[in-house]
Amino acid sequence: MNTNQNRIVAISGNKSAAMGAALSRPDLIAAYPITPQSSVVESLAQMIAQGDLNSTMIQVESEHSAMSVVQGAAVAGGRTFTATSAQGLALMYEPYFRMSTLRLPMVMAIATREMTSPETVWSGQQDAVSVRDAGWIQVYVENNQEILDMIIQGYKIAEHPDVLLPVNVCYDGFYLSHLTERVEIPHQPAVDDFLGVYHADHVSLDPDTPMAVDPLTSGEILWRYRKGHLDAMQKALQVIEQTDDAFEQVFGRRYGGVIDTYKMDDADFVIVTMGATTGTAREAVDVARSLGMKIGLLKVRFLRPFPDKKIREILSGKQGFVVIDKNVCFGWNTGVLYMEIKAAISELGHPISSMPAIGGLGGADISVDQLVTCIQVLVKQGSQQPGQLDTYWFQ
Amino acid sequence: MTSQPITEQVVYQRPEALSDVNTHYCPGCTHGVAHRLVAEVIDEMNLRDKAIGVAPVGCSVFMYNYMDFDFVVAAHGRAPAMATGIKRCLPDRFVLTYQGDGDLASIGMAEIVHAATRGENISVIFINNSNYGMTGGQMAPTTLPGQKTTSSPLGRDVEQQGFPIRVSEMLAKLDGASYIVRRSLHDPKNIRQAKKAIRTAFETQVRGLGFSMVELLSICPTNWNLTPVDSMTWLEDHMIPYYPVGDYKVHPAVAEMKI
Ligand SMILES: Cc1ncc(C[n+]2csc(CCOP(=O)(O)OP(=O)(O)O)c2C)c(N)n1
Repeated sequence: MNTNQNRIVAISGNKSAAMGAALSRPDLIAAYPITPQSSVVESLAQMIAQGDLNSTMIQVESEHSAMSVVQGAAVAGGRTFTATSAQGLALMYEPYFRMSTLRLPMVMAIATREMTSPETVWSGQQDAVSVRDAGWIQVYVENNQEILDMIIQGYKIAEHPDVLLPVNVCYDGFYLSHLTERVEIPHQPAVDDFLGVYHADHVSLDPDTPMAVDPLTSGEILWRYRKGHLDAMQKALQVIEQTDDAFEQVFGRRYGGVIDTYKMDDADFVIVTMGATTGTAREAVDVARSLGMKIGLLKVRFLRPFPDKKIREILSGKQGFVVIDKNVCFGWNTGVLYMEIKAAISELGHPISSMPAIGGLGGADISVDQLVTCIQVLVKQGSQQPGQLDTYWFQ
Repeated sequence: MTSQPITEQVVYQRPEALSDVNTHYCPGCTHGVAHRLVAEVIDEMNLRDKAIGVAPVGCSVFMYNYMDFDFVVAAHGRAPAMATGIKRCLPDRFVLTYQGDGDLASIGMAEIVHAATRGENISVIFINNSNYGMTGGQMAPTTLPGQKTTSSPLGRDVEQQGFPIRVSEMLAKLDGASYIVRRSLHDPKNIRQAKKAIRTAFETQVRGLGFSMVELLSICPTNWNLTPVDSMTWLEDHMIPYYPVGDYKVHPAVAEMKI
């Protein structure tokens, strides 16, 4: 439709996030700077100053306040945006949990970063995966185009009447936030059409229909809220697919919905990734195949809701898989995504070998060579025995 | 001919409390000056064996590299809370925090107010450089009206973003605080006065007289987009009129010390 009017630019991931947010025309933005997210908010401040974006921007004193200010705006019926990383997300946790449990849709970008301590500012996914059970939808993206597109799709999913949940668009700090890539900027009227105008019908501050938002609620009633929230998460799986289809119709790009795959059809073994490592893994799959290994790639896009059914379908009939986690799951000797997948395959119906792999912590690089070596270990050990193999650490 | 004996007199050397390492601070940054003043006073008061520093999150998160005594990093803004815990457990130790204006006056405003109102027996060095240095020069609570930053590209608009906070004046209103002053680091005379204030603050703690804070007006040439020399002039011309140098709270017991 409007695709030939798109502008093509070379921009960083943070700029892409800012442009995605701007195209979605939020009524209010509130944020506090933190590495590696800061330039998202700087770009938005610049757009507002130049008159290119008509949003209210509040420069708050902390992330706790940022999430509280957008919460107020969302209760007042506004479309809102913020962005953060690591310690900022941690400080935000209290109003963050309330945002989803109040069923207030919004989009928040997370330029993912390792958590302190030890003191660090570099990449990792520990921050975003640590809040996976706070009721938000979480998508992890692979490149700068996907950041922008998923922020726009994020509002569509979040504001869907069957969903009404906030969405995190998570992209690897530095690897994407500070990397310059080709990005197509959609035409504004097309985005306006795609998103429509947000009307909050389920909460309102209207004297004609008085409402006490968030009154004290006892257990006999509270469980209904949780059940409704879980149901909405499951419905979101469908809405995510529909939104991806609708997005392709207008903008010509699709991402595969909750997951994506590469060279999966004849694969015996599978490498599973989430986020920017996926790009490296595509290369590694090509290299490993040239060495004679029948390997495919499964890119998990949504960690919440977790696409367990789809993942089971993909892994069904395979001999083994490795999950690359840029985070750890304290309490299990694995990463977080590995445990999620392990839960999903418990009903697979046939034995399969699986290897948890942990790397990229504190910004450490994961190279194509390292992934190929890791795939070799999987194929060798996985051909010999089913079940969980020793955790593989990228060193 | 008889030669005159040459005599040497050391007039300037690195304080013992200051480690012999290269600086990571930008050229002209006054964090270095403030660090040196802290180290000199630690030496003069013989506090090195007792001192524990609490570093902020900000450019000076690396202060542990420069101070040759124990250091711990607190979460962003929480140095006064962490210092409270340390001092209450180790009352014989000398506990200082060193904090920027984002750390102390933005995200950590609650902690500094409550440490002061409790009259915690700690000393606080507060670096006011009118922006968030480490994260790339965004607007801080201390950014002046009209001042351009990376998050206020047209200059701080007080209608939208409110007015800068004068932290020393505000904390001075609290009954719990004992010694609250503002000094500046823009020229040698002011630097000497700053050192004297740091000495007074540290003596306040050593004598058990309660909460002390020295605010130091500082420059940030990199994020201000000015040379170090022009930054000094900018500080004098713009910051001092808004943030007058002076004593905002001096408890009579502190005044009696006569430093
Ligand atoms: C909870 C949290 N939010 C945000 C940050 C990011 N951050 C690191 S330093 C800083 C600002 C520091 O500015 P200031 O205190 O003025 O010190 P300066 O760097 O100027 O010396 C910010 C916002 C963080 N580390 N933790």
